Parts: sequence; C-alpha cells; structure tokens
Amino acid sequence: MDLSIFLEILSSTMRMSVPLILACLAGLWSERSGIVDIGLEGKMLAGAFAAAAAASYFQSPWMGLFFAIIISLLMSLVHGYASITQRGNQVVSGVAINMLAAGLTVVIGNSWYKQGGRTPALDDLTRFMPIDFPGRASLFSIPVFGPISKIFLDHSILTYLAFAMVPLSAWALAKTRFGLRLRAVGENPHAVDTAGISVARLRYQAVIIAGILCGIAGTYLSTSLSAGFVRDMTAGRGYLALTALIFSNWRAWPALYACLLFGFLQAIANFLQGVHFFGLEIPVQFFNALPYVMTVILLAGFIGKSVPPRASGIPYTKDR
Amino acid sequence: MSARGELPTWVDVGLIPLINLVLALLISGLVVVIIGENPFQALGIMLHGALGSLKGWSYMFYYATNFIFTGLAVAVAFHAGLFNIGGDGQAYVAGLGAATPGLILGGALAAILPAGISQPITLFVALMGSILFGAFWAFVPGYLQAKRGSHIVITTIMFNFIASSLMVYLINNVFRPITSMAVESKAINDAYILNFREIGRLIGMKLPSSPLNPVVFLAFIAAFIIWYLLWRTKLGYELRAVGANSEAAIYAGIKPSRIIMIAMAISGGLAGLVAFNEILGVQHRLLLDFVGGAGFVGIAVALMGRSHPLGIVLSALLFGLLYQGGTELSFAIQSISRDMIVVIQGLVILFMGALEDAFRPSLTALFFKVEE
Repeated sequence: MDLSIFLEILSSTMRMSVPLILACLAGLWSERSGIVDIGLEGKMLAGAFAAAAAASYFQSPWMGLFFAIIISLLMSLVHGYASITQRGNQVVSGVAINMLAAGLTVVIGNSWYKQGGRTPALDDLTRFMPIDFPGRASLFSIPVFGPISKIFLDHSILTYLAFAMVPLSAWALAKTRFGLRLRAVGENPHAVDTAGISVARLRYQAVIIAGILCGIAGTYLSTSLSAGFVRDMTAGRGYLALTALIFSNWRAWPALYACLLFGFLQAIANFLQGVHFFGLEIPVQFFNALPYVMTVILLAGFIGKSVPPRASGIPYTKDR
Repeated sequence: MSARGELPTWVDVGLIPLINLVLALLISGLVVVIIGENPFQALGIMLHGALGSLKGWSYMFYYATNFIFTGLAVAVAFHAGLFNIGGDGQAYVAGLGAATPGLILGGALAAILPAGISQPITLFVALMGSILFGAFWAFVPGYLQAKRGSHIVITTIMFNFIASSLMVYLINNVFRPITSMAVESKAINDAYILNFREIGRLIGMKLPSSPLNPVVFLAFIAAFIIWYLLWRTKLGYELRAVGANSEAAIYAGIKPSRIIMIAMAISGGLAGLVAFNEILGVQHRLLLDFVGGAGFVGIAVALMGRSHPLGIVLSALLFGLLYQGGTELSFAIQSISRDMIVVIQGLVILFMGALEDAFRPSLTALFFKVEE
C-alpha cells in the first residue's frame, strides 16, 4: 500500500466519520436522558432528503440545512410524543420512524422529481464545499506537508461543526446545570421529579437536541459528502452511530474515537477491494462487519463492559 | 360487565387495531393527496389489484406466507418479553441451511435414488436446515441476553448487519460458480418445490402465474403449532410467565435464562422458514437480499395481530394485500412509488406499537359513559 492511498484513506476517514459523530452525539443526548433512539437512521435519512430538496429549490445549502433540521426535528418530536407523553415502547417507535423515513423520502422524491427517489444533482454553489481559505492551493501543493494538511483542512464547515460538537457536548453534559439534570433524568428520574424538575420537559429538550444533530448529519450526507439525495443513502450509518455510542459506553470523547475508528473501517472498505495481510486476503465484508462484531463482544462483557444509562428505555410514570 | 377501567375483549383485539389501521390509512391517504393523486382511486386500485383476480389473490397469499413466518417469529419473542428485531438477519442466514442440502446432498441422492424419493428427503433436510440456521442466528443473541446481559434489541440489530456482510461474502466467494457474473448460487433443481401454477399444469389445470406454492400450508400449520405451544403446553406457559413477570416466574421454578434462549431459538427458526419458502419454492437459488425486509414486516404483523397466531394470520393477509395492491398501484399510477407500503407499515407500527394506548383513555371513558 503506497503512501498516497494511505493519505487518501485518512482523508476519507474524516469524511466518513462526520455523519457518525453527529448521529452518535444525537444518540448520546437522547439516551443520556433515558430515551432510547433507534431512529437515528430515519431522522438522518429524512434530513438528507430535506436538505437536498431544499438546497436545490432555494439554490442555497443553508436553506437545505434549515429544512433538514426542521424535518428531523419533527420526526424527533413524534418519537418524543410516543415515548415521553404516551409512554410507548421506545424501540418500536424508533423502528417506525426509520420505516416512515425510508418510505416517505422515496415516495415524495419519486413524485416530485421522477428519478426513482433521487433529487436533482446539486452544483458546487448549492453544496457545502470544502472551505476556500487564502493560500489553499499553494498550501496543498507543498510536498509532504501539503497532502498531510489536506487531511485536516480540505473540509466543509459542517465537518468542523461536527468535531466542535464533541467538546461542546462533553462539557455541557458534565459541567452545566442542564447537562447534570439531563443525565440525572436518565439515571434516576424519580429523584429529579422529587426535586421539582419536570422529567418530561428535560427529555423533550434532549430529544430536540438529537433531532437537530441528526438533521445536520443528514445535510452533510446529501450536500457535502454527495451532491444530492439517493434512496436509502444513510445505508445503515444511523445504526453504526448507535453501535459507536454503545461501544463508547455513552460518553462523548470515547464516542469521537469510536466514530473515527468506524469511519476508518468504512474508508478502508471503500478504498480497497480486500486487504492483503501476511499473504492472507481479508475480504472487504470483514471491515463492514467488524464494528458490529466488536460491539457484540463488548456488550457480552468479554472485554470491558458497556453499561447504558439506568433509566434508558423505561417510560417515566409518577408514583401515586 | 367487566371491571371498571378494563375494556371488553372485542374492543381490545378488534376495535383498537381497527382504529389504528384506519388512522394509518388516513395518513397514508393524506400523503397520496400531497403528491397530487386521488386517495380513493388509489385505494380502489389497491383493492382491485389484490382481490380482483385469482392472480392477485395468489400473490397476496404468497406475500402472507413470509409475513406469517416473521410475524410468528416476532410474536413468540414478544410473549417471552423479548423484542427480536433480527428476523431479517435470521431469515438471511437460514438461506445457507435452505440452499446447501439442495446444492450438495440433492445431487448425490439423485444419482442413487429415483427423484420421487430423493427430492422429498432433500427437501426435508433443507426444511430442517432452514429452521436450524435461523434458530442458531437468534439463539446466540438469546444466549448473550440470558447469560451475559447484552440487550437483545441491540444484539439482534448487530446480527442483522453481521448476517448481511457474511452472506454477501459467502454468496460471492463460495456459492457463486466461478464462471458466473451474477452474484448468486447455481440453480437448485434437486430440491424443488413446485408452485401452484406448475402443479396445476401437471394435472391439466390452468392457474395464473404467481410464486405461491404449498409452503403457504406450512405457514398455517406453523400458526396452529405456535398457538398450541403457547397456550396448551408447559413450555408455552413458562414462556408467557417469563414474559409477564420474570421475577415471579423464578418463584414458580422457571429459569428465565433457559426460556429466553429457547424462545429466541423458536423465533429464529420461524424466521428461517422464510428462506425455505423463498429459496426452494420461489427463487430456486441462493441470492442476495432474498429476504427483502420480511423480518421488519413481521414486527408490524405481530403488533397488528396482537401477538396471537390467528391475529397474525389475518394481519399477514392484510399486509399481503397491501404489498400486492401496492405493486399494482405503482404500475397504474407512476407517481405513487411502491414504497408507499413501507410508509403504511411504519404508520401501523407507530400507532399499534408505540401509540397503542393513545386512544385507550378516551375509549374507556366513552365506554363507561355508554354503559352506565
């Protein structure tokens, strides 16, 4: 494997990690408040569609971002209404969200654009392109240093936003009053309720944050990573983000590392048709399956232990 | 007169699912309006497409065959308090158990025995293979839940993705003949379930072309067996006891961990029967993604059918109708994509599964006002 391919893979790792990081943080906020979120995939998918459609209609990626967040937020609120207000089964609600998104994006896309669920291809002006800073071309052309700096500097604003969300989430969850209350509600909602703080309100706030983050993740997929929406374009990334969340034991910084690792595996799988390792050929499917296998092993407690927030998945009912 | 606050059974199993179904259809109709078509015309085409011809009926029962298997799979796990979201992966892996006997054993038997004997033997082995492979793929998450405390929902999701990678690899690298470009195994002719059209031709009857084959009877038998198992055997009682209250079940001398593993194995075995139907009765070869999301439809079917085998058969037929009608609809009105069914499915799951109690308080209020 020569160096240029290796640098390409690292660069691709950055790009592949972005939607994972955003969706994983969305899951982190939601699940830390006690709301299990299987619907990351669906919210991201609906967001990706809304972003591509709006960006193409208004000829502006920012309008794409705006509508992606709105749509993802609406789906989040449906999930919130089912799980918080109606105390329904959160996993079932998440599955429903995923199906609704998978169906609606294709049905509406097909009827609007008649391209089998695709949206019109976006040009560079309607996409989030890599930031064009002064001296960019000359910096990237410097030998050795140029290609290495390209790994970190050749990205759109959304990438930096995603990475900035990690310390922000970590800090907000650990140090702010809101974050502490939110985590408490995921561990022991009764105690929070006794302190006179509304469990439902906190959980709705968490679900709203998750919706916004998934909307940004979807926008990245259809307006930055690609130039338009195609059916099922999330391709399991929501579930991979959920996997990363479990793998990181529901903590922000480890979530970043897990997403980078999983992004790296995706990049390898995309770039190489199998890797030769000491004369053995490792098939590409191995890299696709590896995150899930590792998480199953971790969940089984064979290496370390992954413990979800104590109250996650349990609807809160006041004792009477 | 039932106790106050408890609705009569017919409301619980009949009216509430009906209200939820109507709501799901209303919202779907709204989507049809939004994309500029007439929802009543769309409904008419769907009903006519499924019920207006013998062919439509055949397809409806063909789809229902798979949905009964996956619906039962989800329901058995539900009764034990488990949510098996991995029906798709279990059915996919069961493809190995369904295809391999026909590809290897079938040829060897055909060489020494007449086809009338070798075919049934191979088919039986393939049936057992489908069940066992599906059961295994569900048993492992069951074991991990029972013995290691991993959450079944998460593990079965993981197992769906692992199954997908594993099967792509195996079909591409092991089952695909080297000379073939298509990513599928060679045709399986030594374990071949004739469909009803082919059977009809043998006895001089002309039937419309459809993939419907005698495995549909197996689906009805499976529904009966599962009903018997759940409500007429000790194991079924134990299974429901664990689902109702696993703490209490321990005091009745039941080991929840054992029941969890058994329930998951049964659930996976049922999902595995989708492979038996699809590979030996329809496709006659092992190919990519032959499950086509039937595992997820099973969730909707089980919720709609209230996890009762009879309800599951009825709701599987309803979803069969939707699938067949939806296909006809997408042919008749180009702007309505076949994915409309996925929307309806999602809505049914949302209303039946996550919002099932949304109307209960108002219905209860209505009922007791009426009766007083």
